[in-house]
Amino acid sequence: MTSVSERFQTLKENNQCALIPFITAGDPDLETTAQALRVLDAAGADLIELGVPYSDPLADGPTIQAAATRALQRGVTLQKVLDMVRSLHAELTAPIILFTYYNPIYFRGVDVFMAQIAEAGVKGLVIPDLPLEESTAVLESATAHGIEVILLVAPTSPTERIDAIAQKSQGFIYLVSVTGVTGARTEIASRVQDLLPQLQKSTQKPVGVGFGVSQPEHAKQLKDWGANAVIVGSAVVKRLAEGTPAEGLAAIDTFCRSLKAALA
Amino acid sequence: MNDPETLATVTTTPLSPTSTQPDQLGRFGRFGGKYVPETLMPALTELETAYQQYRHDPEFQAELNGLLKDYVGRPSPLYFAERLTAHYARPDGSGPQIYLKREDLNHTGAHKINNALAQAILAKRMGKQRIIAETGAGQHGVATATVCARFGLDCVIYMGVQDMERQSLNVFRMRLLGATVQPVAAGTGTLKDATSEAIRDWVTNVETTHYILGSVAGPHPYPMMVRDFHAVIGTETRQQCLEKWGGLPDILLACVGGGSNAMGLFHEFVGESSVRLIGVEAAGEGTETAHHAATLTKGQPGVLHGAMSYLLQDPEGQVVEAHSISAGLDYPGVGPEHSYLMETGRADYYSVTDADAVAALERLSRLEGIIPALETSHAIAYLDTLCPQLEGSPRLVLNCSGRGDKDVQTVAKYLKMREA
Repeated sequence: MTSVSERFQTLKENNQCALIPFITAGDPDLETTAQALRVLDAAGADLIELGVPYSDPLADGPTIQAAATRALQRGVTLQKVLDMVRSLHAELTAPIILFTYYNPIYFRGVDVFMAQIAEAGVKGLVIPDLPLEESTAVLESATAHGIEVILLVAPTSPTERIDAIAQKSQGFIYLVSVTGVTGARTEIASRVQDLLPQLQKSTQKPVGVGFGVSQPEHAKQLKDWGANAVIVGSAVVKRLAEGTPAEGLAAIDTFCRSLKAALA
Repeated sequence: MNDPETLATVTTTPLSPTSTQPDQLGRFGRFGGKYVPETLMPALTELETAYQQYRHDPEFQAELNGLLKDYVGRPSPLYFAERLTAHYARPDGSGPQIYLKREDLNHTGAHKINNALAQAILAKRMGKQRIIAETGAGQHGVATATVCARFGLDCVIYMGVQDMERQSLNVFRMRLLGATVQPVAAGTGTLKDATSEAIRDWVTNVETTHYILGSVAGPHPYPMMVRDFHAVIGTETRQQCLEKWGGLPDILLACVGGGSNAMGLFHEFVGESSVRLIGVEAAGEGTETAHHAATLTKGQPGVLHGAMSYLLQDPEGQVVEAHSISAGLDYPGVGPEHSYLMETGRADYYSVTDADAVAALERLSRLEGIIPALETSHAIAYLDTLCPQLEGSPRLVLNCSGRGDKDVQTVAKYLKMREA
């Protein structure tokens, strides 16, 4: 199955900007999550970020917090999420990137965790509360298991940090578009327009922009500014959670297609 | 500003560390560190740089020490608790000599003001006009609201909805002081959730805002900085012991939630191997039940709110709810240096139930005319277990970390429930 890097290589050859939707695993239930992965894959997602619900999601705003709380209340565990991924990843074109906070990884043991997610078919990993300074052991273990760890750069990161992060990040670099937590915003911070070329000067790796991206117009704007990928989270999670699972799935199908069209 | 001569003149100030912990990465052994979103990393570096600059700055020192004296009321007395000592005396009259370090007599009624005041002075020098803080029992919130009023800073306090109910008096105090109290309904509506929400605010407003974290928890440099700002408790204690009996104390006893009052007392004595350090956690309804906050006794290492430390968590690595009658101890984490002191065997940690803490609160009230905070009452309650084990007449200093006025409603409700 395609790695995150390989997927970006193909996109680059076709001069395309990747669409990476995010959903929270297990909200409203894991069957719907499995369906949602299929729907997003068919609707043009190039990669998919799958959030593992956590009790204390520090980097998340109200939408994803609430989704995680609902999933945990339904008894969703990492094991169940991985079982679901294992059962269907072969059907998907889009590589799956797992988004999880650090404590469940540490608690399980970093090596054990990497082995388990690799075996389940996960290709990439985002850990929002693991900055560069704490990431050495995680990066080593991930590399040994063929998992690419995507590191985050924030609008507040000074140039030296950006360079160091860009050098260590695997697959792509995740540029946080706002000084803040996840959640839909009405417009994209103009700072991103300056940060994108700055990042691309310091690295050959692709740059994906996320946090706050919630409309097809945002996606187009970011593509025009030179982003290699746009990541849309809360806006997808919110649509999936509204109404019945069937209604939610239909809503994210339409939404994903509209984002994809904006990137064409 | 940092010339050797200036440094030499401040070596006797309360902020001089007696150990080299933590290391450059903020580690106490394997504990501590910085596990935060990238957005906050530059702010933590900025804070650390400012702290390192000002801790040795004579003007900062002069302002802080002046206010600790005239505004907070320091030094706080070291009081010989004669009737409490008599209560635990053996028939031959021997037994531990119990002294109370009266942090409850500080302005705002607890040790929390030491740190809040110092951080507010630091924030002012860093040019941050907006202050945020989390609070559990409300003591840190009140202390923060107080210093913000004193310095004319904007103040937002995050507090769990459950804590707002059980500490309604402190909510009123904070509002009276001009602070905005922001209710947090997420999770269990207690200190853990309030802290998460304060961190989210900081991630969002980091460029204009300073986060006055209220315990020796959180990402580096907080555990070090908050400890150092409370270390005045220990340095005064050393001095007062010298004056009273010309030596060191034998035993130090303090309650531990996040662990700031305990670290403040312990820090000065960590290098003194003859001084026994004991921390007391909240066992809630009992450590054999699911309703407790005994993190060091029952937890496992993990990451919460930016630091690696002991943590109450389930088999999936999800953080679990803590329980304690004391809102200030109702926290599933603990400061990383306590985890380190426990693992290295330097300090011992035990736990005490809600029922024992309430009984201790009643006992100190009747024996000494001092109504202690419920948090403090946990340390007092442990005397029941400790004193019969002690030989001779060791000198014991208990950190009387806060006064109990804020808890009288909770205690009244608890006693009424028990009678029913």
